[in-house]
Amino acid sequence: MSQDLLNKIQEQLNAKFPGALETAELPFDFVTFTINKDHTHDVLSFLKTDPELNFHFLTDLTGMQTADEKHLGVIYHLHNMYKNYRVRIKSFFPMDKPEIPTATDLWPAANWMERETYDFYGIRFKGHPNLKRILNVDEMDIFPMRKEYPLEDQSRDDKSDKMFGR
Amino acid sequence: MAKKENNKTQPINTDIEEKEYSTLNLGPTHPATHGIFQNILKMDGEIIHEATPTVGYIHRAFEKLAERRPYNQITPITDRMNYCSSPINNLGWHMTVEKLCNITLPKRAQYMRVILMELARISDHLICNSVIGVDTGAMTGFLYIFQWREKIYDIYEDICGARLTTNIGRIGGFDKEWPETTWKKIQSFVDNYPKALQEFANLLERNKIFMDRTVNCGPISAEMAMSYSFTGPNLRAAGVDYDVRVMNPYSSYEDFKFDVPVGISGDTYDRFMVRQHEMWQSLEIIRQAMKNIPKDEPTHANVPDLLLPPKEEVYNNMEALIYHFKIVMGEMDVPKGEIYHAVEGGNGELGFYLISDGGRTPFRLHFRRPCFIYYQAYPEMIKGSMLSDAIITMSSMNVIAGELDA
Repeated sequence: MSQDLLNKIQEQLNAKFPGALETAELPFDFVTFTINKDHTHDVLSFLKTDPELNFHFLTDLTGMQTADEKHLGVIYHLHNMYKNYRVRIKSFFPMDKPEIPTATDLWPAANWMERETYDFYGIRFKGHPNLKRILNVDEMDIFPMRKEYPLEDQSRDDKSDKMFGR
Repeated sequence: MAKKENNKTQPINTDIEEKEYSTLNLGPTHPATHGIFQNILKMDGEIIHEATPTVGYIHRAFEKLAERRPYNQITPITDRMNYCSSPINNLGWHMTVEKLCNITLPKRAQYMRVILMELARISDHLICNSVIGVDTGAMTGFLYIFQWREKIYDIYEDICGARLTTNIGRIGGFDKEWPETTWKKIQSFVDNYPKALQEFANLLERNKIFMDRTVNCGPISAEMAMSYSFTGPNLRAAGVDYDVRVMNPYSSYEDFKFDVPVGISGDTYDRFMVRQHEMWQSLEIIRQAMKNIPKDEPTHANVPDLLLPPKEEVYNNMEALIYHFKIVMGEMDVPKGEIYHAVEGGNGELGFYLISDGGRTPFRLHFRRPCFIYYQAYPEMIKGSMLSDAIITMSSMNVIAGELDA
């Protein structure tokens, strides 16, 4: 079923937004698309409003940093509860200009999730009504989930990352 | 008096008519918020005009911590999210890793998990519902029903040694068979709890004072609830029959027959009633699991590289010793992959979004915490209501600080 859904959405996206779709995968039976960042909002809006696909529910929104530490990304998990379709949309952009349109106009639930993503990764959601830190203190001047900020004090030499994690 | 420039009449000065709002700080540590939440309320008399929630007081950077910890060591982190139903968090995380490693558990282990998760759900709903009683002025139900949570905690204690932050089970199943006394305790709970729950229900469900307080208090429509990504009892109270256990069954939930109770108006009373009925359904699931559980199967999958071997083997068997050492040092062979696994937590869809790069720790782990997502609708839900209604709306939403702040 997931393969059919993947093909169906892939076809429609290719027809409607030429050049938007970068990859289409099916890891662990979960339909996953990587979308060019310039088209993310249009694709999300299409997936939400299309009567056939009807991804009306934003399950999750979060950020990530790629392994080469050169790109940041946003990951959306959408859900169509009526047909139990789930889809994952990913968009990546370079570290020096982490900007993407907000999804709060589509789902009010994106508000805090985008604030959380901004808080931890510094991803700026353009058009967000109240983009400020949510879990960390306002005075914080770093984006702690980025890999450049290691968890532990790096001046310690009694712990080797080789033995105790990354 | 200033001389009029021309014959036009001056408009009436409206400044003196302007309303003044008073600001009230509800929280961060207020006995009625049941956790560390701050709400800055703009009050018009006793009516709430605007609420601004501040969260993050007990943020502990779980996602960052998880990027440095081997898979087994992440289980104790998940305990501390929804600490009213820790086993669901633990087992949800284990299932995520098992899905990533493509491990299938024997039916016995899956049924044992179902029993534990349903017990946890009962204890979660029991706290929430009795606290709604407390906030509406009925302390009796809370004091009376709380001993049954103790009995559930006794069962946890038998299985894993801990009561609140359980760290229950292992990736790959359960490390050992549960003692005979545990099964007796579960049976005794299933036999005796209905009587107590019925008495609790008689106390509140059709109580005039309680209904006057809760009906139409903090309602939310189904459309609003879905646009705010509500899940769990709060969404079902608004009339949407979405339950992860039914829609995406995990841990053999498809073997069980149970109803998904739904409400109509999504108000405090409906949320209370949905939780109340879910407790009955959970009992029913435990009964079925106890009856149908396969007796002569192992309690874990055959995964020596993920699950600690028994101690007598560690001392007598070279391979077991190697595996023991590797697991303790966090050297687990986990495949690369990207996975989202959701379980029905006490508050809704508890999701684990895991990206593994094949290393000893997750590359990225995100917890989809239902509380965090639905709490943002709170200001809208209490707008225009009384302060005392805001308190019971919050307790009926079952916002858990640990889960919200992660």
